[in-house]
Formats: sequence, C-alpha cells, structure tokens
Amino acid sequence: MELNKNFLVGVYSDPDEVVSAVKKIRSNNIRIHEVYSPFAIHGIDEALGYKRSRLPIAAFLFGMTGTILALTMQFWMMGIDWPMIIGGKNFASLPPFIPVTFELTVLISALGMVGVFMVASDLKPYKKVKLMDVRITDDKHVIAIDLGANKGASEEIKKLLKETGAEEVNEKNFD
Amino acid sequence: MEVVSTVRPPLVTGGKTASDVTKDICRQVEGKPSKSWLMGMAISLTVLAIGLYATIVLLWEGIGVWGLNKTVGWAWDITNFVWWVGIGHAGTLISAILLLFRQKWRMSINRAAEAMTIFAVICAMMFPGFHMGRLWLGFYWALPLPNTFGSLWVNFNSPLLWDVFAISTYFTVSAVFWYIGLIPDFATIRDRAKNKISKLIYGALSFGWDGAAKTWSRYESVALILAGLATPLVLSVHTIVSFDFATSVIPGWHTTIFPPYFVSGAIFSGFAMVMTLMIVARHVMNLKDYITIYHIELMNIIIIITGSIVGVAYLTELFISWYSGVPAEQYAFLNRATGPYWWAYWTMMTCNVISPQLFWIRKIRTSIVASFILSIVVNIGMWFERFVIIVTSLHRDYLPSSWAMFYPTFYDVGEYLFSLGFFFTCFLLFAKFFPVVNMAEVKSIIKSTGSTIKTSK
Repeated sequence: MELNKNFLVGVYSDPDEVVSAVKKIRSNNIRIHEVYSPFAIHGIDEALGYKRSRLPIAAFLFGMTGTILALTMQFWMMGIDWPMIIGGKNFASLPPFIPVTFELTVLISALGMVGVFMVASDLKPYKKVKLMDVRITDDKHVIAIDLGANKGASEEIKKLLKETGAEEVNEKNFD
Repeated sequence: MEVVSTVRPPLVTGGKTASDVTKDICRQVEGKPSKSWLMGMAISLTVLAIGLYATIVLLWEGIGVWGLNKTVGWAWDITNFVWWVGIGHAGTLISAILLLFRQKWRMSINRAAEAMTIFAVICAMMFPGFHMGRLWLGFYWALPLPNTFGSLWVNFNSPLLWDVFAISTYFTVSAVFWYIGLIPDFATIRDRAKNKISKLIYGALSFGWDGAAKTWSRYESVALILAGLATPLVLSVHTIVSFDFATSVIPGWHTTIFPPYFVSGAIFSGFAMVMTLMIVARHVMNLKDYITIYHIELMNIIIIITGSIVGVAYLTELFISWYSGVPAEQYAFLNRATGPYWWAYWTMMTCNVISPQLFWIRKIRTSIVASFILSIVVNIGMWFERFVIIVTSLHRDYLPSSWAMFYPTFYDVGEYLFSLGFFFTCFLLFAKFFPVVNMAEVKSIIKSTGSTIKTSK
C-alpha cells in the first residue's frame, strides 16, 4: 500500500459515532481509505462494506492438511516402515492414532491460519509503521479519506466529517 | 450522565475512560520497578537458585538422587507435571471458552491468566524431561525423528507419546493466541514510549500494528477460530494426561472416569491459581477498578462448580471400587483412605471437597482475604490429589514383599522449587514488561459496562 499521499483525517471519540459517520460518508459517494481504532468496533466492517474474512477457510484447509499428514505419518511408520507388535495388538489401527491426529490438526490449523493472517495484514517485526494519528492506539478513532481518490471535494469532506461528529479534522501527508 | 445496570454490576468501575485504561496499564510498564516487585523478584530468584542447584546435581548424577524405588517409580515428578498442566488449563478456559460464550468479564483477566498458562506448561514440560535422565536426548526419544536404529519410530500406541503431542501443541497454540492478543497493546506502549530502546523493542514486538479496521476484522476472526480450536484442545490435553494412568492396569488408575475428572480438577486448580495471582496483582498494581469483586465472585463460582464435580468424582470412584467386586481395586481405595498415606488422602478430601463449598456463602466468595486463602488451600489440595492417585496406587503393588514407601529427597523438593521459582520469575517479568490487562478489549467494553457512561451530546 502506497502511503505517500494526502489524507484528510477525522478524529472521533465515540465508536458508535464512527459507524454512523462511515455510513453517512459512504452514502455521499465519498471513498473512505480506512478507519483506524484502538479496538475492534462492532459493525464497522459492514459499514465499510468489507467482505467477511476468508481466514476460516484457510484454517479449515490447514486443519485438513494436519489430519492427512498425521494419519499418513502414523500408518506409514507403524504399519509399513517398521511394524512392531506392541501388547499383541494390530500393527496399525485407527483408534490409538486419533489423539496425535487431533493434536496435529489443531496445531497446523492454528499456525497456518495465524501465518496467513500475518501475511494478509502485513504484520512483521521490522515494519515501519505509518500512523494516521498517534492517538489511535490510545482512545481516538480515525476516519482517513484519501484526497487523491476524492479529487476536488476537500472542503465538502471536511464539512461532512465535522457534521458527523469529528472533534478535529487534520491533514496528513506521508512523504 | 450516569447509567448503572440494575441487572449486572459494572465490569470496570471508577468511571474510567479509554484513555484512563491506557494510562493505568502502561504505568506498570513505563515506571521504575516498585519495591514490592523487587522483593517478589528477589524471593523468586532465590527459590530458583536453590532449585537450579538441585537440577544441576540431578542432571549430573541422574535420577537416582530422587527418592524413587523399584516399587514407586513415579512420584513427585509426575505429580508436579500433572499439577502444573492442570494449573495451565484455567488460562485457556478464560480466554477461549469464555470468549465463545461471550463472557465479557474475561477481558480484564485473560491476559494474565494466559501468561500463567504458558509458564505453567513450561514448568510441566520440565518434569518428563528431567525424568528421561538425559534431557538433551529427550527430543530425539520423544519425537518421530529419523534415527540410526532403523529408523525405529516412537510408539504411537502409547499415551505417553500422545502427551508429547498434546502438551507441545497446547503450549504452541496458547503462546500464539496470547501473542496475537498482545500485538495491539504493544502498539499502544510503542506509541507512548519516550526512550529509543523501548521504542525499538515495543516497535518490533507490535509487528507494525496500525489499528486498521480491516486488520481488526481479521483479528476478530482469528481470535474466534483460535478460541474454537483451543476449546477442544484444552479438554483433550488433560484427557490425554489422564490416559497416562487410565490406560494402565494399575488398580486405582484403571478407571474410565479419569478424563472428565482430570479436566474439571485442572480447571478447578487453574482458577485457584488465577485467583491467587490476580488478588496479588490487583493489590500491588492497583487494578481494583479492572479486577473487581464481581470478577472474584464469578471466578469463585467456577471454583464451586468444578470443585463439586471433583468431589462427586471422588465419591464415584469409591463407590465403583466397592461395586466392581474386584478385591485389588477395593484394597487400593481402602489403602488410600486408611493406609500409611491416610493423611495425604484426607488433606486432599478436606482441601478439594469441603473447602470450596464455603463459597456457597456470599460473604466468603466476595471476601478478598477468604478467596486468597481458599485459593491456596485448593492448590495444596490439588497437588495432594495427584500425589494420592500416583503414590498410593503404586506403593503397595502385586507382591506384598515389594511393598514400599516413598520418601522425597532434597532433590525431589528441589526440582519442585525450581519450577516454582521459574514460574514466579517469569510471571513477575511478564507483569513488569508486558501489559497485564488486555487494554484493547477492556476499552471496547468501557462504553457498555463501565460504571459511568458518557452519552454523546
């Protein structure tokens, strides 16, 4: 994401106001770059028109991978590569393999999904963070509007942000 | 305007705002360590040092320095293992199961409870490691790695191996879950940091978090699925721990009641440990507005429920041993209650069955002193539960000529001290350098359950 652009930043205190502001701004055909908050706001993704995350699908696929891997590993090791008689039981049978299969399913599903989340959201330890407003990790919510994507409507947007309850409207420039 | 719910007490008192949450929690991280913290650290490090000496001797000499004999081949080590794993369970219960049930009171205790889980699981993992004698070969023996004996693989039919997978998965998933929750709070500390070093460290720890709505939406979805995965996981872990005993043919161990009985015992002892830690933390760190009497009362209610399940399980075991008509089984339980270890059995019964019932009285379950004392009593009781199950079932085995007693040596005690010292050192470091309360989650409920609600305009 390129951020060397000009933004109009509306600062809000109340999360519910942010949701109604987003709805109003979008109904005025103004494109919102993103909303930044100190915590997850209920209903903000619907208001912004975001689709439901597909991470559950990733979790399921990774989980299936874990199941298949665990079953293949155990049947191959115990049944094919080096069969051993333990307590007079079958070389390989499903019931005693269930616990390890379950654990590996959970492990790979969790790690895989979190990995996808990190990549999709571009979270990494050496990332240089560009904040719209430093207070968004404290108590302020911010609606950022890209002036490049909404050409010539700067004054109108400013007014709209104020109308919807913004305490401040600032300009932010990332160079 | 003040609005107070008539149905539920507020979860955050003192009229806190979102910005107050940031200040109150970050104060611990940013300020100089307090006197009580330094004192706690000094005690923990002393205990850790004594334990370290015992551990070094153990690794040098081998497990012969423990008090084990050929009749009692499992004693303090596995008792400590099961005890620590059990303690860990409360953290996951709070952060995962209470998340699925949308219990908002989890939010101010989940962070610390999960830290407790992680450290407790590390402590638990030490004991099977030490018992293998050669710790450095442990990985090689316990994991299905190619080796020069064939490859001769590990035995996937053994509950001990299931344990390896269960505990390591549990540790990894809990750590990941915990860390994901920490990222937004690290970002808060990063943005408040004044000096270069903490800016750099918390900057790296926060993974470039910028609070975007899209990321929050993904974050919520990750948290929900991790909770969904961690819930059966946590139940499976103590179930598998109980299989270590239940799949054997030792009288007193060979019972199908073990999995649910162990799981509820684990949650019981875990909540007691959360209680002990949170009462101290709330007092020392001045978190009284976040961890309220209402939180303590709710935790005590879980302690009554799980404690009662454990009590019923004890009685069921007694009944079934008689009803089974198997003399060895009957003797195992008679020996527990009236044999040479009767004192351990009755300590367990008093601490686990009788003491939590006191929480039926409202005055006791809302009293901080009583909750603190009873939480320690419960943890002593749960340690004895494992000791009773393990040692009394083993010490009088099939041949009366091999009957023996188990006497712990300095090294048995030392290993236990090592784990305790390690646990409290880690927890104190966590309490100093990490945000102890999940700020982002608490901020999200300020508006709906704070004691003072500011209405807009």
